[in-house]
Amino acid sequence: MEAKSVVPVGLNCFRAAMKRVLPVMLVCVLSLPLASLSNAAPEILEIKTDTGVNAWLVREPSIPIISVQIAFRGGTITDPVGKEGLANMVSGLLDEGAGELDSAAFQERLQELAIGFSASANKDTFRISMRTLVEHRDEAFRMLGLALSEPRFDPQPVERIRQQITVGLNRDAENPNRIASHTWFAKVFPDHVYGRPNRGSVESIAAITTEDLAAFTRTRFARDNAIIGVVGDVTPEELSRLLDISFGGVAATAGAITVPETMPSPEGSVTVIRKQIPQSVVTFGLPGIKRDDPDYYAAYVMNYVLGGGGFTSRLYQEVREKRGLAYSVYTYLYPYEYSAIYLGGVATVNARIGESLAIIRAQIADVAENGITAEELERAKTFLNGSFPLRLDSNAKIARMLVGIQLDSLGKDYVQRRPELINAVSLGDIQRIAKRLLGSGGLTIVVVGDPVGIQNDG
Amino acid sequence: MGLNLTAKISMAARWHAVAIAAVTASILLLGSFAAGARADTSRGLFNPQQFTLGNGMQVVVISDHRAPVVTHMVWYKVGAADDPPGKSGLAHYFEHMMFKGTRTVPEGEFSKIVARLGGRENAFTSYDYTGYFQTIASQHLDTMMRLEADRMSNLVVRETDIAAEREVVQEERRSRLENNPGGLLGEQMSSAQFLSHPYGRPVIGWEHEVAALSRSDLLEFYDEHYAPNNAVLIVAGDATVEQVRPLAEKYYGAIPAQEIESRKRLREPPQRAARRVIMRDPRVRVPSWSRTYLAPSQTAGESQHALPLQVLSEILGGGTTARLYKRLVVEEKIASGAGASYRGSSKDLSRFYVYASPQPGGDLEPIETVIEEEIAKLLVSGVTEEELNRAKAGMVAGAIFARDSLAAGARFFGAALAVGRTAEDVESWPQRIAAVTAEEILAAARHVFEERLSVTGLLLPKQGG
Repeated sequence: MEAKSVVPVGLNCFRAAMKRVLPVMLVCVLSLPLASLSNAAPEILEIKTDTGVNAWLVREPSIPIISVQIAFRGGTITDPVGKEGLANMVSGLLDEGAGELDSAAFQERLQELAIGFSASANKDTFRISMRTLVEHRDEAFRMLGLALSEPRFDPQPVERIRQQITVGLNRDAENPNRIASHTWFAKVFPDHVYGRPNRGSVESIAAITTEDLAAFTRTRFARDNAIIGVVGDVTPEELSRLLDISFGGVAATAGAITVPETMPSPEGSVTVIRKQIPQSVVTFGLPGIKRDDPDYYAAYVMNYVLGGGGFTSRLYQEVREKRGLAYSVYTYLYPYEYSAIYLGGVATVNARIGESLAIIRAQIADVAENGITAEELERAKTFLNGSFPLRLDSNAKIARMLVGIQLDSLGKDYVQRRPELINAVSLGDIQRIAKRLLGSGGLTIVVVGDPVGIQNDG
Repeated sequence: MGLNLTAKISMAARWHAVAIAAVTASILLLGSFAAGARADTSRGLFNPQQFTLGNGMQVVVISDHRAPVVTHMVWYKVGAADDPPGKSGLAHYFEHMMFKGTRTVPEGEFSKIVARLGGRENAFTSYDYTGYFQTIASQHLDTMMRLEADRMSNLVVRETDIAAEREVVQEERRSRLENNPGGLLGEQMSSAQFLSHPYGRPVIGWEHEVAALSRSDLLEFYDEHYAPNNAVLIVAGDATVEQVRPLAEKYYGAIPAQEIESRKRLREPPQRAARRVIMRDPRVRVPSWSRTYLAPSQTAGESQHALPLQVLSEILGGGTTARLYKRLVVEEKIASGAGASYRGSSKDLSRFYVYASPQPGGDLEPIETVIEEEIAKLLVSGVTEEELNRAKAGMVAGAIFARDSLAAGARFFGAALAVGRTAEDVESWPQRIAAVTAEEILAAARHVFEERLSVTGLLLPKQGG
């Protein structure tokens, strides 16, 4: 969802130059489709190291690099009350010194050896991404190990990153996309950790101590909590040795996560946040569907037709192509670990945002009532089955997919099975899920801007 | 890659947000690759294969058989800097119209076919070029070529489509710029830097000029610039030159060449005075300071300085180990972020970009003072061997990592060929970066860091509310 503000505008490099200003909310890479060409599915090797680390590997010898993706369960949802933003702050500090290397030494070493290393925190998971040239693999995995088990959290870098996050939060306070999104989450999850912004608030960031940071790494970075995907020019034996270097110093087991299941209220509401900007930015959404729900694939196909399908979706056609009401209009399924939402967005000049919302409401009502056509179903299936393998065109993307499949317990043969799962969706399935998702409650809408003819409804 | 990139590239972004993000990321990758570099010299970097069709269309094939996927791109050597005076935004608006159907393929059909085949597509407009691409299973390359070639010469431009799409473009402008004070300042800084040259106008166009563009403007633009001898075809991925050549001849080769006027752009007068642009906006919560220096590019001005400037931008502002970040953020603690960027990939003159953002509650004056100190220090003492080697190692390795992305390779070659550079130039980039010396960097710095060549931009909260 943050992606919609990714469009590089103006002085965006300020953001790039600061380390922790962009929250990462691309939660469910994997709930995107997978598919045909499964004959081309990469062979997945399962690895269990001597110290008990599990990982999936796809060997790719054609480029002398190794891409590593790691997810630890428990992201910003584990932030203690009053310390919201802790996981995100840890992610900003992971390359700020570990073991014998202080902040500058750690980063210079990464640069010298061209090791790409980054971390991020989303709601359900804490992610680390690393890439290295094969020739520097030993040092890369050693440095990863230092970051995991011996982060220094020296006072200077801690304050620096705290300031950067604070500046980012201040900047976002006037960013219409961020305001819309934060307000929406707070509205639908009023009493739940999913309603909190991933990066916390200026106050909660100020409250975080070095001990909080260290406690996060001790409880989350554990061998039984690491979901790992690796793609590159490395053998299983070699990877096993390398992972033991990285994970030798971390705990065997992670702390428990106690987050209650929840669903957004189906009540629906309209919230207007008045800002003097020419274009109204809207986030809208509904309760969603979890990844392990038997109707997930039906919902997936339905979403493609309604608002997820790029240039061909109904919303794109009705709002953009026919009427020129928006540059971007879209919907997503966001299944979380303990909840699920169905989210969308649009931005239209203040005078006409009411038209955009009326069309979106009408399209949602139409699908809820009538489902989709047989032709739409067929087109969706062929796209969803055809497009999945196309997205696996780099080592880094395949590594991310390996992590996603494991996170969602989809099974090693998921890539091969996925076309059947998509093809099995019938018009009846779509009718059922459309009624359930789109027909049972009202939209929760947040409008940021100076919209004409739209009022708060409480 | 900051201002360079953001000022130059305006995506059509017909995709929903995820796709926009993905495409943006690949452009950013291009930026960091081109800005940045180490050489795996034994095998070449991308090992492109090239040929030219009888009608003059250039073709580059970059084979990579890791996955049965191919990226097919057509780049036209026309961009926003070729918009006629008073008609800014025309190249970009026209790019949107390229999705509206042809004499034989009805509106929306191309996109439907791409979707049915599981493919992804988009387009982008920059100052110097306009590109269209699809990523799709390799067995459908034939179909993509047929459809892309079709819209090179058979496009239909209807009044009704023009009207709706103009509103889409204006909404795009609002999203990118009007709703974003930082974006508006960037636009003003470009205008301040380039008094005559069209790089001073926004790619997306001034709102009132876009509002006045007509069907005949669009058609004329199409007739003048969209021809095979003004285009570059790039195929990257699971295809060989033996497979591509007959297809390219069949589809693109059938389109006759036409006379293309050489790209005549207004020339920029010498810059004699430093310029300062101050923007106050109630939406600004965090002020920022930035400065651009008029600089040569790889194809304009004293272009021998271009690669040394790329290395210099890494050393000065390429990240947390670079000079500006270390001094302003780590040591002085007056900034929360600081950096520099330079790509030098534009056809005409380029800009070297330096920026910082203060700590909460901090002022811009000390930031400007310290950055000027750092530049003054650089002009006296140059860079150290250690800095030089570290920067070059990272940049050259970046080139190897770039091979992990089909789109990245395609973009390097497309962007180079579209401005008159060569594939050999791209291929040899890591070696040329590795050869940059400290003396060359000092000479380049002295060439660029002259106060009179600068535009300084201040983004400030509106006083008194």
